[in-house]
Amino acid sequence: MIKLNYTIEGGDFSRAGYASSQVKKNLKQLGVDQKIIKNIVVALYEAEVNIVAHAQKGNIEVLISPTGVKMIVSDQGPGIVDVGQAMQVGFSTASEKVRQMGFGAGMGLPNIKRNVDRLDIETKVGKGTTLTMIKDF
Amino acid sequence: MKVTELVEKLQLKVFTASAGLENEITGGYVSDLLSDVMGHAAEGNAWLTLQNHLNVVAIASLRELACVILVKNIEPPADVIQKAIAEDVAILGSSEQTFELAGKLYSILT
Ligand SMILES: Nc1ncnc2c1ncn2[C@@H]1O[C@H](COP(=O)(O)OP(=O)(O)O)[C@@H](O)[C@H]1O
Ligand SMILES: [Mg+2]
Repeated sequence: MIKLNYTIEGGDFSRAGYASSQVKKNLKQLGVDQKIIKNIVVALYEAEVNIVAHAQKGNIEVLISPTGVKMIVSDQGPGIVDVGQAMQVGFSTASEKVRQMGFGAGMGLPNIKRNVDRLDIETKVGKGTTLTMIKDF
Repeated sequence: MKVTELVEKLQLKVFTASAGLENEITGGYVSDLLSDVMGHAAEGNAWLTLQNHLNVVAIASLRELACVILVKNIEPPADVIQKAIAEDVAILGSSEQTFELAGKLYSILT
């Protein structure tokens, strides 16, 4: 079992993707199937960007076992008012600045959903959000 | 086709020295929405965009795209060039608009 941990600062787009690239390197070294690495990278990147774009700060914990990967992405932030709505393609509350960078198309959570075997979202408005994602090998 | 060959065929500007020039191009993807590229571009794609910040490099590297082609004479800032070279991502530039450039790329690759 390998355990990786990263802290993410809200608003710091220059480092977005760092955790995802480190996890990718680890999975490559372990010889995990390319298609599965792709799925994990897409999901983790979107979760990472959501902390940067929507929350104050967050934490990513990745557990790699012989049978799969579990990613727990939690943040202190505004939380999600309506998870069903947030899961819809095109729904976004991203700021104008974030949209101008090409984020905020409302495709992040749908991307996550399509690329993992299991997604759980726990959220409390005004407190924060925790995504638990599982991808089997 | 290799990135170097495409540079020659389309007379592209190379911003990132020799980074990624030997990559094999399998197809193209045109989008300025980063999650769209993240979720739907394929490995080895040449990515046409007008976005030119650090996250473009992160996505190209994470998704193993063949190269990034900036349209309309857009020039990447120094931090983008530096990160792209470090991550072996080729960032290229064209004076053409997306429509014309995508058309040429399509006919070259198909
Ligand atoms: N970690 C989060 N904290 C607060 N709100 C979030 C978080 N993740 C997603 N959301 C909400 O769900 C919406 C849709 O998310 P997503 O599909 O990733 O699209 P985007 O990030 O492009 O807006 C966001 O605009 C935001 O309102
Ligand atoms: Mg998002």
